[in-house]
Amino acid sequence: MKILAFDSSGMVASVALTEDDILLGEYTTNHKKTHSQTLLPMLDELMKMLSMDVKDVDVLALANGPGSFTGLRIGAATVKGLSLALDKPVVTVPTLLGLAYNMWGSDHVICPLMDARRNQVYTGIYRYTDEEGITTVLDQTPLDIADIIDRVNKIGEPVVYLGDGTVPYAEQIKEKTKVGYTFAPAHMNRQSAGTVAVAAYELYKQGHVSNGDDFAPDYLRKSQAERESGR
Amino acid sequence: MSDEREVKILAIESSCDETSAAVVVNGRKVLSNIIYSQIDIHTLYGGVVPEIASRKHIEKVNQVIKAALKEADCTLDDIDAVAVTYGPGLVGALLVGVGAAKAISYAKKLPLVGVHHIEGHIAANFIESPDLEPPFMCLVVSGGHTHLVKVTGYGEFEILGVTRDDAAGEAFDKVARAIGLGYPGGPKVDKLAKEGNPDAISFPRAKISDNEYDFSFSGLKSAVLNYINSAEMKHEEINRADVAASFQKSVTDVLSEHAVNAAKKYGMKKLALAGGVASNSGLRAAMKELCDKNGIELYYPKPVLCTDNAAMIGAAGYYEYIKGTRHGWDLNAIPNLKLGER
Repeated sequence: MKILAFDSSGMVASVALTEDDILLGEYTTNHKKTHSQTLLPMLDELMKMLSMDVKDVDVLALANGPGSFTGLRIGAATVKGLSLALDKPVVTVPTLLGLAYNMWGSDHVICPLMDARRNQVYTGIYRYTDEEGITTVLDQTPLDIADIIDRVNKIGEPVVYLGDGTVPYAEQIKEKTKVGYTFAPAHMNRQSAGTVAVAAYELYKQGHVSNGDDFAPDYLRKSQAERESGR
Repeated sequence: MSDEREVKILAIESSCDETSAAVVVNGRKVLSNIIYSQIDIHTLYGGVVPEIASRKHIEKVNQVIKAALKEADCTLDDIDAVAVTYGPGLVGALLVGVGAAKAISYAKKLPLVGVHHIEGHIAANFIESPDLEPPFMCLVVSGGHTHLVKVTGYGEFEILGVTRDDAAGEAFDKVARAIGLGYPGGPKVDKLAKEGNPDAISFPRAKISDNEYDFSFSGLKSAVLNYINSAEMKHEEINRADVAASFQKSVTDVLSEHAVNAAKKYGMKKLALAGGVASNSGLRAAMKELCDKNGIELYYPKPVLCTDNAAMIGAAGYYEYIKGTRHGWDLNAIPNLKLGER
């Protein structure tokens, strides 16, 4: 089964194609440029390099939030358009779960952190087990950086941190983490569409499939206007 | 004519608070024009909230496109090109339509044509009036835009005047709020104005010294607010209908005079209205009177084509398509796109 996956939730823009357990190709950038300009050209380039046509894809997958509101919508609009044109199902992957898949096989507690500004992160806590693969301990949520470190400390086991939230909050993490900790190295530290595809394959097998029309990004935050008005 | 191939365009528009998709044949014949308006949601906030608009667009975009194809009784295999508004407008809102349009045209290997929103408003007249061809003078007035444009050919424009501050529709919204009518202001002021005396209050009509075709509405808006405030200070009851009528008269006088003067100066016998405010009955009446007096033929689209809609993008997209305009997969939303830029 061929899965075409996208992640445009943060600074990273990434497109990947997997077939069953094989990663056929991935194109990832982690540099300032609008995803609106890069995401589709990256897909086009990847398909050309693989001599494949997007119509040969079986399932579309997407890191569906949290993340940059605009970035999430660029990915969602792209996947919705492809789904409509090709009549393919969509698997939406929680962005933090996709990040956690970078740490497959780790015996550490997995704590991805995405910078959500104002001392907040989008985060969750995950664990790998041989029996169940990546499992969720704390589902993705916005938290103060101090609060998630506190949660990690309470588990009392070594932790691996990853994600773009490790950069602005590095000092706080080092200062406040009371268990053994490490930061994931660069090649497994950020969103990648390859891990989104792998996570999507698992979710697909569990029956988590949507149609392209009805899904919407999982922002985890209301718009400012809604928050301020209490709606 | 029957041997000429038809060009069917799927058009998508999401620049502000309407999610819309349409199928248009040869730029003139509308097979479908589905509009999902978010206005009820934004009314709660007294105006369009960009983040909420973007969220609603992404929720509805596929449904709207599918409905447009279904109503046109066609599939994507019958479509020759995809046209999409890529500016000006709210960037987050535009990105939804642009992203979906790019993905559809990429997947189906269809040409992609980015369309300027104002060019769409102008082209709404081609749908309404099959005999209308350039050159003509066009006054584009909406909540976000006030442009006086010489349309020299299909997709060929010369901008004669723009607003220096508020768009005409924006002034309507602000005055509507001040007299307690709420959002959206245009239709509400128009309705109340019918009960008032347009000559009851003398509001200013701004003239711009260095370009006779430019507009300014912020002074007028302030004058209306001052009038209301000073009445309140004196504990006088204002006649809201008179305020609405006098304000509307002041706006439509300026708009119609500028447009007709420009048409006369450039020897144009045709004058078209476009944009949401083109539905305003006061503006239509003032235009009609001045045009009749000067032997100019007046054109305006029916209200559903004045509001933001994808059919007009399909009309403009067709003329761009036959001119050879094509956009790449890197097409981006451009919130401040200038008319005539490609």
